[in-house]
Amino acid sequence: MKREVYISHTNCITPIGFDVVSNVKNILDGNSAIQKHDNKALLDFPFFSAIVDDSGLDRAFANVTPVASYTKLEKMMILALKPIVENSDVKTSGRTAFILSTTKGNITALENPKTTIESAQLSNLAKKIADFFGFKTEPIVVSNACVSGILAVSVAKRLIQANLYDDAFVVAGDLVSEFVLSGFNSFQAMSSEPCKPYSKNRTGVNLGEATAAVLVTSNPKNAKVKILGDGSINDANHISGPSRTGEGLVLSIESALKESGIDKNNIGYISAHGTATPFNDEMEAIAINRLDLQNVPINSLKGYYGHTLGASGLLETVIGIESVLQKKLFASAGYDESGVSQSIHVIEKNVDAEIRYFLKTASGFGGCNTAVIFEKVN
Amino acid sequence: MENKTYIQAFCTIENNKIVLNGETVFESESAGFSDFSKKAYQHFEIGYPKFFKMDNLSKLAFLGAELLLKNQNQNEENNTALLFANKSSSLDTDVKYQNSISDKQNYFPSPAVFVYTLANICLGEISIRHQLKSENSFFIFDAFNPAFMADYANILIETNKAKTVLCGWTEFFGEGYKAFLYLVGKEGANENTKQTLETLYNK
Repeated sequence: MKREVYISHTNCITPIGFDVVSNVKNILDGNSAIQKHDNKALLDFPFFSAIVDDSGLDRAFANVTPVASYTKLEKMMILALKPIVENSDVKTSGRTAFILSTTKGNITALENPKTTIESAQLSNLAKKIADFFGFKTEPIVVSNACVSGILAVSVAKRLIQANLYDDAFVVAGDLVSEFVLSGFNSFQAMSSEPCKPYSKNRTGVNLGEATAAVLVTSNPKNAKVKILGDGSINDANHISGPSRTGEGLVLSIESALKESGIDKNNIGYISAHGTATPFNDEMEAIAINRLDLQNVPINSLKGYYGHTLGASGLLETVIGIESVLQKKLFASAGYDESGVSQSIHVIEKNVDAEIRYFLKTASGFGGCNTAVIFEKVN
Repeated sequence: MENKTYIQAFCTIENNKIVLNGETVFESESAGFSDFSKKAYQHFEIGYPKFFKMDNLSKLAFLGAELLLKNQNQNEENNTALLFANKSSSLDTDVKYQNSISDKQNYFPSPAVFVYTLANICLGEISIRHQLKSENSFFIFDAFNPAFMADYANILIETNKAKTVLCGWTEFFGEGYKAFLYLVGKEGANENTKQTLETLYNK
């Protein structure tokens, strides 16, 4: 008998709230975190992005510790994890994993020519967070482009299912930096207005910053969702663009479905990647139609948060869990008229819905894809 | 774990030398990795011009994968997962990219460089070369973590997510590099355990 694995606690730190309740309220009210920024230190021209206000963050962090030596990302990760660590019954031991997901971590350290490379090493970021909470096992850092956040959930589930751990604290985060802004801009992948996933009028991504955290556990007490199946399969097609056929995403969803043992017709909601680049959204529409899931309600949360890179998969899982618990599907912000070649059921308005199973997907550079299926626990 | 898995082949690349299953298969008097990797590419007659567009981390991972996967057939049944890790992520390329944007008078961010500022791009390169539509994941640890690598490869095979797993520690930063790649499957002589991996890594 396979060990069952759950998510029991969630949290997130975003520009529209430092807890799940305020984030959901803002989503329901249609308040997006994406704003126009004019900051020459980040990019030479004004851009749309979702950025956490420094002073608000520092005020919140001052309640946690007077120690000032943490970077913005570290503060956001600690704030995301802290209530989970405090509210769970987990006694941190050798059976408690700590998994950190990020693409670029403290990459802004490279901006200062005097800093050592160690300050940008991801293992040092993880150690700093682990030391803060007194985690006893070696941190596991997942850095797999834009699927990292949801892949971290899959990794946690697999390690617990294999009985290597009982619990895993998972945190995911990335910042908006000159590094990533200039890079996405060099790809001409940035939208000059708030992004519009799946829309005919979409022109690209907005970058965002956030952290999210969950407790993945074998303990059914307080469980919000059960993790039923997962897959992370590469397109084997292109390093900087998705497969035109959605092959890796299709295979990832099929792998997750097979493991879950549920019929795909039972999936009630898809929390998709939806970056609002022309190629990504089109690829997802093709993959979803290949699997005959085109009538399942689907949204992208990028219209609220922008693309938060290594945080996105976990942040969107946290919000997706609230969606099924609160019996409400959230409008896919920015969507107006369909702009993908095959029809999909984009959620246009907040709507009440009783959902038992939902699918979370993500895709990223390097041809990676991840799909995870969750079941609501009553 | 209920079933044992085994290390079927292994390869180390460091100090201008490639050692396959304990035997030195290539060595050169190169000044640095760039020259060494080019000579290795020529020596093994790889014939894949995309190699020269890759960053150092991808070249390192690619060369190791080339030696271990060349005898595998590329049919539909080839479900070889990729499980990689290192210490410095893509920082070798990150530093180069940061240099291209740090001076506003000399600002030239390049998408061809930016795409390699992610550790898992090397997995994409290997997947494309060997047509592996399979599980892939990249992890970061402070040092080679044989316990995690053994456990995670076992999980992938035990849960039928993969038939074989190409595992790799591919570390590259500045002038320093080391790759240790190995293939794990259900049959073989060397059991895939923390101890075996530690021994082979330090050989």
